[in-house]
Amino acid sequence: MISDESGVNQEKAGIRMTSREAESVGSEPIERVQLARHERRPYAMEIIERVFTQFVELHGDRRFRDDPAIVGGWAVFEERPVMVIAHQKGRHVRERQARNFGMPKPDGYRKALRLMLLASKFRRPIFTLIDTPGAFPGIDAEERGQAEAIAVNLREMARLESPIIVTVTGEGGSGGALAIGVGDVVLMMENSVYSVISPEGCSAILWKDSSRAPEAAAHLKITAEDLLALGVIDAVVPEPPGGAHLDWDLASDYLRTSWREALERIERMSPEELRAARYSKFRAMGRFEERL
Amino acid sequence: MAWFTRKEEKIGEPAPPEQRTVKTEGIFAKCENEDCGTTIYRKDLRANLSVCPQCGYHFRLSARDRLAMLFDNGEYEERDAGVAPTDPLGFVDKSPYRDRLIKSQRETGLLDAIIVGEGRLMGRSIVIAAMEFKFIGGSMGSVVGEKITRAIEHCIDERLPLVIVSCSGGARMQEGVLSLMQMAKISAALARLDDARLPFISLLTNPTTGGVTASFAMLGDLNIAEPGAIIGFAGARVIEQTIRQKLPKGFQRSEFLLEHGMLDAVVDRRELREFIASALLFTGPDP
Repeated sequence: MISDESGVNQEKAGIRMTSREAESVGSEPIERVQLARHERRPYAMEIIERVFTQFVELHGDRRFRDDPAIVGGWAVFEERPVMVIAHQKGRHVRERQARNFGMPKPDGYRKALRLMLLASKFRRPIFTLIDTPGAFPGIDAEERGQAEAIAVNLREMARLESPIIVTVTGEGGSGGALAIGVGDVVLMMENSVYSVISPEGCSAILWKDSSRAPEAAAHLKITAEDLLALGVIDAVVPEPPGGAHLDWDLASDYLRTSWREALERIERMSPEELRAARYSKFRAMGRFEERL
Repeated sequence: MAWFTRKEEKIGEPAPPEQRTVKTEGIFAKCENEDCGTTIYRKDLRANLSVCPQCGYHFRLSARDRLAMLFDNGEYEERDAGVAPTDPLGFVDKSPYRDRLIKSQRETGLLDAIIVGEGRLMGRSIVIAAMEFKFIGGSMGSVVGEKITRAIEHCIDERLPLVIVSCSGGARMQEGVLSLMQMAKISAALARLDDARLPFISLLTNPTTGGVTASFAMLGDLNIAEPGAIIGFAGARVIEQTIRQKLPKGFQRSEFLLEHGMLDAVVDRRELREFIASALLFTGPDP
């Protein structure tokens, strides 16, 4: 068990822990990062085939290409037609490369938006599943407007007319995650992480030393409990003991239950109500003080 | 009686020849463009809006100088000046975030990395927000997010046009995921501004990268940039490390983005006021 080692690692990394954090499974934040990236963790397609029926994948952004790092299509969730959009990592070497390790290029985000607008037009609920190290940093991605693609998704998701349920299932890598992450209900699986920058990246920039990642992971507050406490997510979806990688079926059952509850809460809201509530939700995020 | 009395008995020993220097800082500036390097009389540089008269290199402007340059007679009323940062995560890296904040506040005289002003540009009422790069790299945390969002909401309430001058390395790491969420918060507000058919002109200056580019900076009705500015999503070093390739010359410069269709125009600083005024003539709202 991962938590057995936590005492040792804690000392080595010199991380102060709250008792609440110390009690949970894989208690150190850096261990959550490892679980979120676990090579046996269920990826989007494995979850989709367990929770939804009749998933029909749709391809392409109608601009340039079909980005395999994002999958999307319609499906049926408990007798309701819905749209599912997800980051997809590869399971084996060749597929990993083909899916670019789950790092989308602008084309992926534009495909996602195209499918979300399709769902919005027919007022179908949208489920997004987040699991990416981040948006791909490369020459072609920059040339085709990675920043613009993400930015447009943020603006457009804010005003879609469908109910949107967002779930971080693995790695929530910064803007590349948020680009499909604006919704009415935002959930995180127990061992997923969601961060403005990877612990390695943060450590390299702030400590000028990438070996300080465990410390960065702790300071960045990236676990599901942290984000719940910060008011960024609505609920934590439990995982099987030891982590989702040990039991994909049970992990999917927990997701189904959480999604049913979430959908029942928002599916009868009008588009206007949804948009107003979504605005208030994100409007309230952030911490500051007023000085006179 | 002598006209001048000496306060000190004796003038200090003259400095040895190797230590003798002529102090010209404050009088002259050297062009930061390596290919130019011209020595410029500082007064001339200021009169030229901090653009090198020789090569056209655009020096970085502080947020205060930016607003002074854009508003008529440099006059504006500051909005939400009291919104101040906190340390929501208790973040400590090499030094505590709290200390970094205090240091930046002392150095810039600002509470955080942005100033929002309301005033007139060529006679038209307008709200302009300018980012301050000297404040933790112009990074966007909760305060930047909140002040921009309030500025947008104010524009909607009062039917005013909005200009945001970006100059930022991206989201502020020290506020973690709360910084990330400012991207969603501001973008949601911009959707409302868009629904209200009010214009937003995004001016990207050197540098504009990361979460700032990937949110409001790329969401203008017009996205314009100053010449030679670094603009991008990922940093050049990260890209080089990821793809293990040297980056092409001029990569992520304004002119590169213009060529790839990401900008409406690259506008010389000395023509910015005229450009914005002309844009507002097209977009309204009619005064």
